[in-house]
Amino acid sequence: MQRIVHILIFSLITLLSCTSDNDDTISQANATFNFSHNWDASAVTNTDFNTIQYTNANGEQLSITKLRYLISSITFQKSDGEIFILDGYNLVDVTNNTNLSFTPITTIPTGSYSKVSFTFGFNNDANYNGNYSDLNSTSWSVPAMLGGGYHFMQLEGKFIDNTTTETGYAYHTIRAVDNSGTTQEFEDTFFEVDLGAVTITNNAVFEIDMNIAEWFKNPNAWDLNVLNNTLMPNFNAQILMFENGQNVFSLNTINQ
Amino acid sequence: MLKCVPYYILLFFICVSCSNKNVDTYVPTSSPLKIPQLFQDNILSPVVPTNNPQTIEGIALGKKLFFDPILSADNTQACADCHAPENAFSDTDRFSDGIDGFFSNRNAMPLFNLAWNYDEKFFWDGRVFSLEHQAFQPVTDPLEMHNTWMQVEQKLQQNSEYPNLFEQAFGTSTIDSSLVTKAIAQFERTLISSNSKFDKHLLGEATLTSEELNGFNVFMDETKGDCFHCHGSDKNPLWTDNMFHNNGLDATITDLGLGEITGDPADNGKFKSPSLRNLTFTAPYMHDGRFATIDEVINHYSEGLQNSPTIDPLMKKVAQGGVQLSAQDKADLKAFLLTLSDYEFINNSDFKNL
Repeated sequence: MQRIVHILIFSLITLLSCTSDNDDTISQANATFNFSHNWDASAVTNTDFNTIQYTNANGEQLSITKLRYLISSITFQKSDGEIFILDGYNLVDVTNNTNLSFTPITTIPTGSYSKVSFTFGFNNDANYNGNYSDLNSTSWSVPAMLGGGYHFMQLEGKFIDNTTTETGYAYHTIRAVDNSGTTQEFEDTFFEVDLGAVTITNNAVFEIDMNIAEWFKNPNAWDLNVLNNTLMPNFNAQILMFENGQNVFSLNTINQ
Repeated sequence: MLKCVPYYILLFFICVSCSNKNVDTYVPTSSPLKIPQLFQDNILSPVVPTNNPQTIEGIALGKKLFFDPILSADNTQACADCHAPENAFSDTDRFSDGIDGFFSNRNAMPLFNLAWNYDEKFFWDGRVFSLEHQAFQPVTDPLEMHNTWMQVEQKLQQNSEYPNLFEQAFGTSTIDSSLVTKAIAQFERTLISSNSKFDKHLLGEATLTSEELNGFNVFMDETKGDCFHCHGSDKNPLWTDNMFHNNGLDATITDLGLGEITGDPADNGKFKSPSLRNLTFTAPYMHDGRFATIDEVINHYSEGLQNSPTIDPLMKKVAQGGVQLSAQDKADLKAFLLTLSDYEFINNSDFKNL
């Protein structure tokens, strides 16, 4: 009998040693960013691709065949101005259903933050001062004749044009460059997405939404009959995309 | 004291389970891939399965098997017959004929830089995952070597040399099909092409002509060739995205390509982007070898595009037939493309049956 008691105690200790420590309070937290996509509140995943089923603000019917975009510089800012920038960037690839969730390896202290944000695309330092083998390997770079660096987004698909012909579009965003003069003129098109204030008490999951329809809507109703391809070297088109991108992202909820 | 015995037994088993097995095992000689500088600088590491590391003995065995007609049913055809080193391991015939004189409907793919195919989807239609699995198919394909793996294993086992070579490569003289394909895959991974004139230009060791430079600009210019979205760039020295696209060859799709494999109609007519390296040696072009010359390929993208439901959105100006390059731009683009040919690769004695 005594032997059985010993074995039971031994087993109990063994089992207890394997339990997780979720109940402990933590001083450093992981931040995870999940990216979901919709067309004016109707959920979009890659299973919705390749079918003409969306109508943009200008009235063109369209499909999506590819969507991937870069986010970087996730930043937590305290009210006293202290800033935590999380290492890394993430190429969200909706087409292949990969990288829809991103957890930077760096953690943040728990506590209150007056602002959380990320950058759509790369800021100029990240865009030009890094050579990223993962991004090069997936053909994400921008030709040197357009200033080099990297794409910010590739949104592609088909639309019904004004001759009722199914036509391709390639809505690619990069840093705007004007090659018409003797020297290249640039204008920044990366932008900060402000997710507002947050109090971090535990590992936190930010649910981010992208409304794809916004890229064609506000403030510029996008006419795919005019602007459907060769948009990378089109300075004005890049500015219009930048303007339309401002309200594309929203924070759905934070779970922690 | 007796009460403690079960604990001692428990302790004994815990200790035994943690001990190292001191059995001597044969280990072949490691031979890691030599990664070219431009690859090292710009792209991700090659894919080498942990269960099939590169070894001197494995590579040598794979090479011998690659050039040996013993794999075919009637001992008349080796891998190298349709993947000839002097043609960057492709076939000059539009369709290769198998041992029974039958032809497939695809052009033999060139073989190089295969370890950098990160998604590991092989064949024009991506029907096989991993290089090891790829090598299973041609041996039994009735249009190719038309053999059975049981017969291959028996012939190799009865051969005077092979059992010993398998012993050296894998530590066993018992030959099975998975070891055959592992050896072939090891040899194929060594087929690295990285010494073209354009590579040397990027390394500051060669100078391009003004025509070749203009051709590169046509390649990279979204208003002209716009080739870089699918075919690599100075930042992606593979010169392919290894992805699948419908590049507008036909208005009516008869060969479904990737769509046949995935069952998704949205994939119909999609085929893998081939690398643009070594075009000098790899004619004819396209999955069905329909174009005999590079000029025909360029003309296709310039004026010959055919619309179809799955044509890639990157194929622009389809209604006009394509990107409408000038005669000069076409000539320069061709001159640039030829700078991607790697003569050191096709002349490398390590890759030849000497």
